[in-house]
Parts: sequence; structure tokens; C-alpha cells
Amino acid sequence: MALIRNPFDHDLPSADSPQVHVHLDGKWVDVPLGLNVIEVARRFGKLIPHYCYHPKLSIAGNCRMCLFEMGTPKLGPDRKPVLDGEGRPELQWVPRPQIACATTAFEGLGIRTASPLVESCQKGVMEFLLANHPLDCPICDQAGECKLQEYAFDYGKGRSQFGEEKVRKPKRVDIGPRILLDDERCILCTRCIRFAREIADDDCLGITERGGYNRLSIHPDQRFTSNYSLNTADICPVGALTTKDFRFRMRAWFLKETQSICVDCATGCNVTIGSREGFVYRLTPRVNEAVNSHWMCDQGRLGFHPIHSKHRVLEPARRVETGLFPGEWPLVLGQVAESLRKLEPSSLALLVSARLTNEELFLVQRLRESLRGESEIFTEVVPRKGQADGLLRSDDLNPNSKGARILGIGADGEKLPELRKRIEEGKVRALFCLHEDAIGAGVPEEMLERLSLLVWQGILEDKSCERAHWVLPGASFAEKSGSMVNRAGQVQRLHRAIPTPGRAKEDVWILRGLILALGGEDVGQSVPDIFSKMVATTPAFHGFTWSGLGDQGVPLPAQAG
Amino acid sequence: MTKVGAANDRLAEHRIILRFVDEPDYTTDIDCYLRHGGYEQLRKALSMDPAAIVAEVKASGLRGRGGAGFPTGTKWGFIDHAKNRKPVYLLCNADESEPGTFKDRQILYKDPHQLLEGMIISSYANRAHLAYIYIRGEMAHGAQILERALAEARAKNFLGANILGTGYDLDIFVFRGAGAYICGEETGLIESLEGKRAYPRIKPPYFPAVLGLYLCPTIVNNVETLCNVKHIVEMGGAAYSKIGTPNNTGTRIWCVSGDVRRPGYFEYDGGAITLGELLYEVCGGIRDGNRLKAVIPGGSSAKVLRAGEIYPIRRKNSEGRLEEIEMKLEDLPLDFDTIAASGSMSGSGGIIVMDHTRDMVECLNNLSAFYAHESCGQCTPCREGALWMHKILDRMREGEGRPEDPQQLLDLADQIAGRTICAFGEACSWPVESFVAKFREEFEAKAAAKEHERLQPAC
Ligand SMILES: Cc1cc2nc3c(=O)[nH]c(=O)nc-3n(C[C@H](O)[C@H](O)[C@H](O)COP(=O)(O)O)c2cc1C
Ligand code: SF4
Ligand code: SF4
Ligand code: SF4
Ligand code: FES
Repeated sequence: MALIRNPFDHDLPSADSPQVHVHLDGKWVDVPLGLNVIEVARRFGKLIPHYCYHPKLSIAGNCRMCLFEMGTPKLGPDRKPVLDGEGRPELQWVPRPQIACATTAFEGLGIRTASPLVESCQKGVMEFLLANHPLDCPICDQAGECKLQEYAFDYGKGRSQFGEEKVRKPKRVDIGPRILLDDERCILCTRCIRFAREIADDDCLGITERGGYNRLSIHPDQRFTSNYSLNTADICPVGALTTKDFRFRMRAWFLKETQSICVDCATGCNVTIGSREGFVYRLTPRVNEAVNSHWMCDQGRLGFHPIHSKHRVLEPARRVETGLFPGEWPLVLGQVAESLRKLEPSSLALLVSARLTNEELFLVQRLRESLRGESEIFTEVVPRKGQADGLLRSDDLNPNSKGARILGIGADGEKLPELRKRIEEGKVRALFCLHEDAIGAGVPEEMLERLSLLVWQGILEDKSCERAHWVLPGASFAEKSGSMVNRAGQVQRLHRAIPTPGRAKEDVWILRGLILALGGEDVGQSVPDIFSKMVATTPAFHGFTWSGLGDQGVPLPAQAG
Repeated sequence: MTKVGAANDRLAEHRIILRFVDEPDYTTDIDCYLRHGGYEQLRKALSMDPAAIVAEVKASGLRGRGGAGFPTGTKWGFIDHAKNRKPVYLLCNADESEPGTFKDRQILYKDPHQLLEGMIISSYANRAHLAYIYIRGEMAHGAQILERALAEARAKNFLGANILGTGYDLDIFVFRGAGAYICGEETGLIESLEGKRAYPRIKPPYFPAVLGLYLCPTIVNNVETLCNVKHIVEMGGAAYSKIGTPNNTGTRIWCVSGDVRRPGYFEYDGGAITLGELLYEVCGGIRDGNRLKAVIPGGSSAKVLRAGEIYPIRRKNSEGRLEEIEMKLEDLPLDFDTIAASGSMSGSGGIIVMDHTRDMVECLNNLSAFYAHESCGQCTPCREGALWMHKILDRMREGEGRPEDPQQLLDLADQIAGRTICAFGEACSWPVESFVAKFREEFEAKAAAKEHERLQPAC
């Protein structure tokens, strides 16, 4: 079950539906009773083209692209189905084409997805949809991933007979803070309207005018401000709804697609990172029925931008009187290791981010092991509280709080006041910030000044970075692979989409370097290697393999986490 | 029952529904209605079992007068009262917007209580406690008349709680449309009544009798249909079924407009007179001594019939055997079945007559303008097709026709009919299909009228 409740799940019939026999393009197949015919076909590798149907939205039946030929069992005089030689019912075909999206499987249903009648229907609908379409594909962001283009190619006539004046409608309509509408491109499938009403609970879209002049409109007194508004750009089959953020930035076909997860909150929505030449252009939600279903929030989608900020820290460096002095990685790591080794373990504290991957946290654990003598090394994470919205967003804005807990890193931030106290009392004299800002976490600036050692590892300059004795540039979520555990206990993978900028390095590389310099055990350099080492020593992950996590992740066993 | 009109007795009208409407002293007051025996059938009906009324309506053979001619008793039988736990609603479709049709308004404006009596009986028969009259937006005065009639009926306890002491409660409200033809389509009507855009619903699953108003079982009937119920209660289903011909029982109100000398509305038994008799004798023939060219027999959505056509009609003969006979246009008896057998339909009873001076491209363009304007635009083929066909016809009319236009029109009509959400798809494509097929030479002549530079197709 996804963490968001969809009003409809046409693709997921209830587990107890009995199986029925359905005649699909000449073959009898078994499917659950009540399964949507588009999904029946999909399960057997056939596409019934469709625009308005969406598995998670109510059925509108307006595009007429999914027309198919329907058969029903022929009844004999006794009102019982007539059986053929093999004991299968003989079918009679309904002369009128039916819409697949509003038909569900029943015993003896016949489906023809490609008969001459069906093809004629598809050609007709495509011709109608294209008649008044502006065909501004060359300047349309949807080009390359446009269902109108795709179906025109696969099911269209190839040539239009339309020789009249096209209907003109508004373009570049500003309907919300993050989204723009082009009414001429809109095919009036009402997916966006239904999404806004049924899922985002922001019923602000509708249709105005009549007939061939129909157009999608926003309620005159409203803006589409929902934090989920950009999902409509994803489900819009054409380029009618575009995100202001991605509009005109990059042609879809140039984008490299990397499967990963969103790190903006503990939900961990599955995403596809669209990048090109070391630059991330967009995140789009990736279907995962155990997590985000088809959706993600706008905040998470647009949250990647700071990774390309000019405040990225790009060089390993040591602070000298005149400022930061860049160094070579091996030297820097050696010197940081040396400084750490010299410390009394109890005088060191680690301020770790719960935004790190399990593998990174595992290396933090290892680093701590190689540094500790008799006494524990104080470790804490920084909590981030937001507001749960009842949809996807969690009140925990750290994407891997569960992983940190499992790996014994910190105590959900409860010990932060104690860290401050320890520094104040002079018990802690060295601090290692991993992707966290100590000042932001409540340690006053003047206390940081008192420290004899402040090591900072992270991506964006912050106040702690400005005071750090050592600065180690790490990687953003898009630049690394690894795993995280979301709020429901799903262990999911991130994949590296782009290289780290400048001389920044992946955090596992940095941490492994420190461990090796400290004479610790080598846990390997690849994330899968580190993952298997972690699994071996972490009971909660017992039995997990890196490749076994797959694209959709694996839930923790019930008692763990 | 009154016989009005023509000299020839066979051609005299048989007015049941319109019996009093045109009498000089007949008013819309409830007192006038009561003086004419009004609400007597309501008393009778309320003493009957609701199921018995449904049985009478079934026995009467009454078919819907809204256009599709669906058997009313069968429709009422769809609700299984033993299982149903939801409220039942009865809706009177008074949206009458089909071009060529002006029968319901005679009743609404001149005899509102007859409709109310029919509705109260029908509501009782269907166990509805709330009913609405969905009246076309343009009939503002009609709505006022109905409001007044409702108030009168309430004051006399024909409506409200415990009607006439029988324990039956019912109220009826008037709901005015905002002027869209599609609000007459029953599921569009329901959406509109719910306060939404009148987008017709997909069927399945939204059959009104199952998932109608507020997703409850709902009966939608035409004004004329509901009025007939009163007379079925009065004379009994069996007696009613003897009026007209089998399967075409009761009377029908025919609305004649266009190129005849005396257009108007006329009530006859089903199949009692022929089209020729109606046009040439009742309506005084074609105007100005012109010749008949074409007839649309059942509202603008019906396929056009061309003068001089001969139709092979299959029908049961007097011995009940199926036979096929040939019939001229003028000899078609006015009923549901024969007109359907001629390839058209008697639909809403709107008969539109065109004489030989009419330009068929012009006529079709007029109709197509209506359909392009009235398509609700919900589903692709109708939204795009209706406007496209109109644009072609408009261009042809302007003398900018192209040789491929007639075939293009046929192709487009073919891509719409049978593929849409509601029957508007057929309504907008049947006229095009039939006009172009039957008057192809006129369309071809128009298409070739002007040698002109071919436009490059715009896409
Ligand atoms: C486009 C369209 C318009 C219609 N308009 C009307 C109308 O104005 N009045 C009407 O009674 N029925 C109209 N109908 C028919 C109704 O959908 C419905 O069949 C009828 O009200 C049922 O009543 P009946 O069974 O008494 O005929 C229309 C149907 C379509 C498809
Ligand atoms: S929506 Fe699709 S077909 Fe339309 S302009 Fe954009 S890419 Fe082209
Ligand atoms: S904007 Fe897109 S999703 Fe919305 S109705 Fe138009 S085509 Fe469909
Ligand atoms: S057929 Fe026409 S009128 Fe009916 S739902 Fe479709 S677009 Fe609307
Ligand atoms: S997908 Fe079935 S009608 Fe649009």
C-alpha cells in the first residue's frame, strides 16, 4: 500500500477477486474479475492506447482513444453460454465499439484490441485530436514524450484532411505559481481536473466554453497553489501543462534518466533524475506502489536546485590565517586523520546528518570504531521537523532517520542540548560535522570558536563551514549511490546521476580514506561492497543484498527499524 | 374525446393530451383543471398499488416521447424496489430543445396541471418522494406557470405531506436550465441538476435507473410521456394499448414546421395517418404551390427523407406474419416502427418540411451550425467533428467548396456516430450522413462551384 491513499486503483484489483477467463486477441487468459480492460491488455504486453484513463483517477471516458471491440458469451435457448469444442464459451461481438477504460473483466469477456473496427476508431480519434492542435512540437517541451506524437505515429492516419481555420485558444496562461497552461495544446482529457479534485484536494480546475471551443480554465478567483500541482504536468498527456521550472530548459530526449529517490523528507518518493552533462534538469516521480504511487510533492521535485548553487564547496581545504587553503585529497585526509587520532576520544563529537545514506552512516560508524579508545564518541543527528500533509509529505524532513537509528547513529536529535553543554563545559573540544551545520543545530558561534578542531564535510557553505579548520567537499544526493530507509521502513536505493563537481568527492570515498588513514579495516570502495559489509553487521538488514533492493526497494522485516 | 379539424373524418385529430389546451376558456388555473375532471386520476391512482400502476403502464405499451421511444413500463421496471434502499427520484425532461419540436411547451404553457397529475402518479408508481421538472432555460414564462401550478397543487394537498390523506409524500420542484441542448440528454440533465456542467455520463455504469441523480435510482421521462400516464390510469393499460397500432400505442403529437401552408401541432393515434395525409391534407400542402423536396420526420437529429423515395418496409401483416412491402414517402404511416424501417426515426415528433426551393447545403449548414454550437465538447469525436463538419459546410455555402468535401463530410460523420459518450454523436452525424448521401448531386455541384486555388491543408 502506497503511503498516499489513491481514490482509485484500477490497476490493483483486490487480492481476493476470483480469476476469470478472458478472450484477448484470440487467446484465453486468466485475470482477476473486475480488472480494467486497459490493465488486462497491459498485463499481456498489449497497449490499448488511452489519454483520459489514469489508473489512479476516476474514469472519464471522454477521449475515446481506448475504443475496442467487445465480445460476450453467446447464450443458448436455455440462457446458458454456448460452449465450443474446447469447452470455452462461444462469443458474439458487440457491433458498437466500447471504451476499454470503463469496462472491467468478467467471465467470457472478449477483447479485440486491433481489429479493423478498432483501428478505424483509433485513426478517427487521432485525426480529430490533431485537427485543431497547434502542432507546435518544435517549441513544445512535451515533444519526445508526448502521447499525441506517439499515438499519431502508431495509430494515426499519417495525413490530415483538415483544411479549415484552426480554433485559437489562450496560450501561456499562468494558472499557478509553478505551472503554465497552453490551452491550444490541451486535449481536454480532464486528467488534471480530476487530479486536482480527487488527489490534491484543490478543486480549482475546470472546463469553460462549449463544444469545439472548450478549454481548460482555472477558477477565476483561484490559483493552483497545491504543493502537488506539478504532478498534473506529468499526467498531462500533451504539452498543455508545463512546469515553469523545466520549461524550455532541455529537450526531453537529451536527458539521461537515473532512478533514484527524493531526499526532501522521510517518505522517499521514488524519482527519475533527468540530467545532462553533469547538470540535473528535473526530477519526475517514478511509480512505486509501496511508497509514493505515481506522485511527489512540488517541494521535493524542485528541491534539487541547491546542488548547482554557486555556494557549493568544491575543494578540500585547510583554514589558514588568510582563509581557506586548498590541498590535495591524500594530504588533507592524512592530516585530518592525524588530528583526529591525536584527540582524546571523549573530547570528539560527531554531528551527523540523517540525510546521509546507510552506507555513509555505516562508514561513520566504522570511523567512530577506529577512533574510540575506552570511551564512547558522542554522536548525534540533527532533526528536521516539518508538517505532514496527509498526502505524501512527512513531518520528518530527514530522508534517512530510520537508517540512522538502525545503524546506531545518534538518537533522533534528542541529545543535541547535551552536545552544546559538553562543548560549553569544555568536555568536547573537537567536532566533526557531516553534512550538518553546528550553528544551525543550536551550538552558538562563540562556542565553536573555542574548539581545537572543527572538521566540516558537506556540500553547501554554511556558518560552520566558515569556521572549520578542515573542509571536505562531499556529494549531493544526485552524485551518489546508496540506500536509505524511509518512514515506512522501505529500504530504497539512490543512484548516481551526475559526477561530483570540482574536486568534491562522494562521501563514502572520503570516509573510507579517513578510515584507511587511521589504520582501520578496508570496507571496500564500491557501494555494493560496503552495503554487504553493513548487512553482515546489522541485524535489521539481515538477508538484504544490494541488487535485491531493485528499483522499488524492500521493506524491513516488521520488527526491525 | 374531442375530434378537431379536418373535413375528412379519418383525418380528424384524436386529442387526448392536447384535449383542452386550445379551448377558448381553458386556463392554467387549478380550478379550471378541476372543472375538467382534473386530479380525479390521481385519487384513483393513489388507491392503487404502485406496482399495479407500473403493470398498467407496461400493458399500455407506452413508449417514451422524448426521442428514443423506449418502452416506459420497461424503464420503470428497472428499479428493483425489493432490493433498493436508496431514495428514488423522478425527473421530468422539459428541456425540449430539439429543432423542429414544440409539443411539450403546449402542455407546459397551457395545461401544467395535466403534467403535474401525470408526474404525481408516476412518482407514486415509482415510489419517488422527490421529483424535479427540468425546464429549458429559454422557457422562463413556462417556469413561472409551473411554479404557480405547483403552489396551487400544494395548497390543495395534491402535493406535499400525506397527499389526500393517503400517507404518500411528494414534492416537485422546477429547475431551470441555462440554455443548452445537451441538458436534454438525460444524464447531462442529471449532472446539470446536481449543479455541474451538463456533461453526459458514460453508460455503463451510469444508467439513470441504477446510478442517476446523486447516484440514486432515477426515472427520467419526457413531458408528453408523463402526461400519458394519467390517461393510462384513467382508461387502463389494456384499453390504452388499443389506441394506435401494436407497438405504436397511444397518440402522438406531431409538430409540423417548414414549407407547408398550415404548420402546427397535431395529435393522432399512432400510425393513424400517413405522412402524405398530414402534409397535404392536414397542413394544407406545400406552401406557394411548391413541390415537396425533403422531410425530416422526427426532429433535426433524424435522418432526412427525400421526396420520391420508396422504402422497403418489413412489418407484420394482419395475420402476424412478417412481410416486406414497398412504400412511398407519402404513404409512410406516422408511428415509431414504420418511420424507423424507412431508415429514419420519428424521434421527438418534429416534422420539418423542405420544398423544392430549398438549397440542401444551406439547410444542412443550418443544422450543423446548431450541432457545432450545442456539442458539449466532452468527447473527442463529437467535439472536434461537429465543428469541423460545420466549417466545411459553411465554406461550401460561401462558394468555397472543394471536390473532396462531400466524401469528407461522410467520412467525418462515420467517425463520430457510435463512438461517443452520448447520442449527440448520432444526432450530429445522421443529418450530415443522410443529406449528403441523398442529395449528393447538390453537394457535388456546390463543391465544384468555384474553381479556386486550393488551400494547403493547415496541418
Ligand atoms: C442530445 C440529446 C438531447 C435530448 N433532448 C431531449 C429533450 O429536450 N427532451 C426530452 O424529453 N428528451 C431529450 N432527449 C432524450 C432523453 O435523453 C431521454 O431519452 C428522454 O428524456 C427519456 O424520456 P422518455 O423515455 O419519456 O422519452 C435527448 C437526448 C439526446 C441524446
Ligand atoms: S503537445 Fe505534443 S503534439 Fe502538441 S505540440 Fe506538444 S509535442 Fe507536439
Ligand atoms: S491540460 Fe493536459 S491533463 Fe489537463 S485536460 Fe488538458 S490535456 Fe488533459
Ligand atoms: S457526444 Fe457530444 S454532446 Fe455527447 S458527450 Fe460527447 S461531446 Fe458531449
Ligand atoms: S481512455 Fe477510455 S475514453 Fe479515454
